[in-house]
Amino acid sequence: MNLRGMRAIYVFEMSRAGRTLLQSVVAPVLATSLYFIVFGAAIGEHMAVIGGVPYGAFIVPGLIMLSILTQSVSNAAFGIYFPKFTGTVYEILSAPVSPLEIVVGYVGAAATKSVILGLIILATAALFVPLSIAHPLAMLAFLVLTSVAFSLLGFIIGIWANGFEQLQFVPLLVITPLTFLGGTFYSIDMLPPLWRTVTLFNPVVYLISGFRWAFFGLTDVPIAMSLAATAGFLLLCLGVVGWIFRTGYRLKR
Amino acid sequence: MFRPMQPIVSIKNLSKTYASGFQALCGIDLDIRQGEIFALLGPNGAGKTTLIGIVCGIVTATSGSVTVAGHDIVADYRAARALIGLVPQELSTDAFESVWATVSFSRGLFGKPQDPALVERVLRDLSLWEKKDSRIMTLSGGMKRRVLIAKALVHEPRILFLDEPTAGVDVELRQDMWAQVRRLRDAGVTVILTTHYIDEAEQMADRIGVIDRGRLILVEPKAELMRKLGKKQLVLQLHRPLESLPAGLAAHRLELAADGAELTFTYDVQADRTGIAALFDDLARAGIGFKDLRTTQSSLEDIFVSLVRKP
Repeated sequence: MNLRGMRAIYVFEMSRAGRTLLQSVVAPVLATSLYFIVFGAAIGEHMAVIGGVPYGAFIVPGLIMLSILTQSVSNAAFGIYFPKFTGTVYEILSAPVSPLEIVVGYVGAAATKSVILGLIILATAALFVPLSIAHPLAMLAFLVLTSVAFSLLGFIIGIWANGFEQLQFVPLLVITPLTFLGGTFYSIDMLPPLWRTVTLFNPVVYLISGFRWAFFGLTDVPIAMSLAATAGFLLLCLGVVGWIFRTGYRLKR
Repeated sequence: MFRPMQPIVSIKNLSKTYASGFQALCGIDLDIRQGEIFALLGPNGAGKTTLIGIVCGIVTATSGSVTVAGHDIVADYRAARALIGLVPQELSTDAFESVWATVSFSRGLFGKPQDPALVERVLRDLSLWEKKDSRIMTLSGGMKRRVLIAKALVHEPRILFLDEPTAGVDVELRQDMWAQVRRLRDAGVTVILTTHYIDEAEQMADRIGVIDRGRLILVEPKAELMRKLGKKQLVLQLHRPLESLPAGLAAHRLELAADGAELTFTYDVQADRTGIAALFDDLARAGIGFKDLRTTQSSLEDIFVSLVRKP
């Protein structure tokens, strides 16, 4: 194992976040605060209590997920795309580091940043609404698993992307709609039966439901299904990353 | 006494066809000797960068094999790559990083423990010490090139690949760079450089390989190459132009040039007898006088052009 090489990539990626603090931490925290002001304080007053949880608190897990999913994907995608774009990836490819070490370095850093971001948003939310966390360990586990899985997805997108537009494509046009429609702001039980069934094909539903369970003990779908979906998605991404390095897809010529 | 050593880089029957169908390399066999400076010479698009890319792990070979100090570059890539430093042709740098950070990063990436004293020495050797805290984006092109060299050297490689190291580099840096390359060679580092500047190869290299359209045309020690293919010419400016060569001079390798005002005599410098004395005797006998003379020696460039123009 080239642990030093892995650490060099990880530290490099983490220090990149330090330079782009405004973009990687301040912006999502501000956006989340705005959601709380609009949906929690302004509109939430007029919303029914869902499953015994005030609306302002109910949306917290979904909002954290919204940020984590988009930030994991963007961050990991950018992390590997940028060296490809500038050409500095030559050094990673010519170094005595294994694909696994490269992935752990890039994806580990992106996931770490997401977890930190999630915790910051959680702390921000606690300023707006009273929060209690029923299963703190499960909450952390979901946070970490989701961050890793979507950072892997971001890594794949970063390797696939041939331009900045493609890089933005998945976070903006796929992740954000799926998260909004995946029960961030409502329980899917509130939907008409047909839409409820359609929504069950949205993988993000399982993530948000599981994460919300960790907070309030409430679920839209059984917790085991949430875990299975998260783990399944993680394995799928791992499989694709493995294939990328075996074939050199868009990394090596 | 000459003792054959195991080659430090051994390339066997290496071919590369890109996804586009373009065949960049075709059955390359090449052994690089330990401690030599090897120049890979060839026109643009000849396959130089592809060859280096394969050895360094950036390009996947279609067929063939490469070993570095006995380590296969695929099966035993860690051991092979740890020995190699690569300075790429493009000025690809992390624009937002400082010089110190990017050079230290390279050392870590290659699995070496951090060594600030060594980083300092490398930066000083390359006149980068003053710039150690500068962001790379603020540096000139020549300075960026130095940064890339520092990154390649900081993990103490035994083999250094320089891909077109002096493209777009000013004279001063070029001199510095050659001094550095000689120091490295003296320290036992094997240097493989690609260039399409012939004078570079002529000045620096111990051996020269000429590559054209994906094929290695020849590999020779430089001196051997110059001797084998290097011919010298003696040009005589005549007092009176000649219509044709007098029969008495037919035995010499002579040509009339400049409308008969010049006689060109081609000879082999290395031969026991160059034939110059005999030529002068015969000229005097034929009554041909000359007012001036000059000699020219074919450069590597002439040799090169004559090689790659062959169909």
